[in-house]
Amino acid sequence: MQGNQACAEAAITAGCKFFAGYPITPATEIAEHLAKRLPQTGGIAIQMEDELAALSAVIGASWAGAKAMTATSGPGFSLMQENIGYAFMTETPCVIANIQRAGPSTGQATKCAQGDVMQTRWGTHGDYTPIVLSPNSVQEMYNLTIRAFNLAETHRTPVILLADEIIAHMREKITIPPSNKIKIINRKKPKKTDKTFFNTEEIPPMPSVGDGFNVPVTGSTHNKHGHRYTADPNVHRQLVERLAEKINKNANQIINFESHNIENCEIIIISYGCTSRAVHETIELAEKRGINAGSIRLKTLWPFPEKIIQTIAKNAKMIFVPEMNLRQIFYEVERTVHGAVPVLPINKIGGGEMITPEELLTKITKSVNNIE
Amino acid sequence: MHLPFCTGCGNTTVMNCFLRAVHELGYKDLRKFVFCSGIGCAAWIPSPYFKADSIHTTHGRSIPAATGVKLVRPTLNVVVFGGDGDLVGIGLSHLIHAARRNLDITVIMVNNMIYGMTGGQMAPTTPFKAKTTTTPYGNFEHPFDTTRLIVAAGACYAARWTTFHVEQLREAMKKALTTKGFAFIEAVSQCPTAFGRRVGLKTAKELLQWFKENSVPLQEAERTAEKDLAGKIVVGEFVCRELPTLTEIVHETIKEATNDA
Ligand code: SF4
Repeated sequence: MQGNQACAEAAITAGCKFFAGYPITPATEIAEHLAKRLPQTGGIAIQMEDELAALSAVIGASWAGAKAMTATSGPGFSLMQENIGYAFMTETPCVIANIQRAGPSTGQATKCAQGDVMQTRWGTHGDYTPIVLSPNSVQEMYNLTIRAFNLAETHRTPVILLADEIIAHMREKITIPPSNKIKIINRKKPKKTDKTFFNTEEIPPMPSVGDGFNVPVTGSTHNKHGHRYTADPNVHRQLVERLAEKINKNANQIINFESHNIENCEIIIISYGCTSRAVHETIELAEKRGINAGSIRLKTLWPFPEKIIQTIAKNAKMIFVPEMNLRQIFYEVERTVHGAVPVLPINKIGGGEMITPEELLTKITKSVNNIE
Repeated sequence: MHLPFCTGCGNTTVMNCFLRAVHELGYKDLRKFVFCSGIGCAAWIPSPYFKADSIHTTHGRSIPAATGVKLVRPTLNVVVFGGDGDLVGIGLSHLIHAARRNLDITVIMVNNMIYGMTGGQMAPTTPFKAKTTTTPYGNFEHPFDTTRLIVAAGACYAARWTTFHVEQLREAMKKALTTKGFAFIEAVSQCPTAFGRRVGLKTAKELLQWFKENSVPLQEAERTAEKDLAGKIVVGEFVCRELPTLTEIVHETIKEATNDA
């Protein structure tokens, strides 16, 4: 199965009943697959006039009670930023798949890159904490899409599935577990007597429009009833801090990674997405040269797994961060280890060319020899 | 309740007409309604002042949000309120596409011919030569004839009245709300604060007088030469027709696809 198809199928399994999108390479197959499959499962798929409309429609659908998603790539993701902020501010669960291609601007529309990492972190204006997942195989496109829906529903927030062209267009065999083995989470619904749906200590229950709760949904700073309240700094502070905190506080349950030989190795490779696929072989090759290497592969990019990286930094001599961009997660790792150990970037952009194990090895051996 | 509008603002008239229309149609409350609005003075008409569900979206995006709501919950009456800046400025593409799709919602556009909330900048509906804060030498662009544009895009119902024509406006709203497909109302409305002041019509009364004297019924306009219509407001019912709606077609498609699967 193809990565994009796996994402679409997983969305259906997760309970997605509404898709709105705008065609863009290399994300289009998600829209095409859902256009065919969603109606068969009683769901709605619609092509909107642009990406702004696509995410707005998704937000409307989510407030109408449906699990909803959209899919796009870098340029379209840029257009969605205003409504990503709106979804965050209004606590609207939804899933946004961003299949990265080479930018900036139209860039190389059909070529792979990992240049949208920081756009997922800080793309919209104001302060916020996003949840961003990064798959590295077709199987994970499936698993993490389901997880994205579950996290969106649990935390009442937009969740971004940040994949890349290689993973999206790759074909691999995947195992789809029997449906009773897949955990599906649905948003907390209010009781008839509930009155507050925003800005409370907990993650508030989410009513649907038309259910008689008279909810005013607004992107303006609002109190716990949803009413606009922009004069009081405390109301804003409390709201925005809570929105960030509800993610930060649960970061341990959200953060998810895969590690290999990190206990007692000299060098650690931190990678994500398609780039991580070259790491395993690199480690084997390194071992043959007497370099003791381990790796961490990030499945959750945001919230950033600071604690685990700080722990492994204690034992390692050097950390490498290979990426198909000009340093994005690299800076984050550097900030996290705070000088405890040297962090070295390995970057490659253009043409959708992956970083090969040989390239990684050359860079690693050179750096290791330099300090010895 | 304290409304956020300036004294003499036409938004209160539009609000009144709408609530009366709903009342006269026999609704006891707004339980079966969902209101979507964007940014601007008119966006405050339903939200949060109506005791109802409302989604106050980002600037210009009320119609796509309404699309999501209506498709998922077809039995709800989805009504969009917005100003001319919101609906034909930043949101124009969504407006004409919704008309083309025949999305079965009602859109009420309050056309005050200016960006009111931001303090009186030129709008796509500002009359030719009118002075605004961003057109200090007079507007060198021509305004949209939004209602005609919406008719061409495929709306089932479209009418334009001014806030002087309260009865016609209310009746048009009733018709729009009972129309099966995309319904559009353009309410040309007075904004004494940001518009009137700059064009030399300082009070609501002067603006309403101007509406009264410059409104031409559609039938009469059809017999009038174009040059004589410059600066006039053509009012009336522009279209009233029945066509299959987006919600109907989407849900029929789902039924067929589910049977095939
Ligand atoms: S600025 Fe104009 S449109 Fe806005 S509330 Fe005041 S009078 Fe009404």
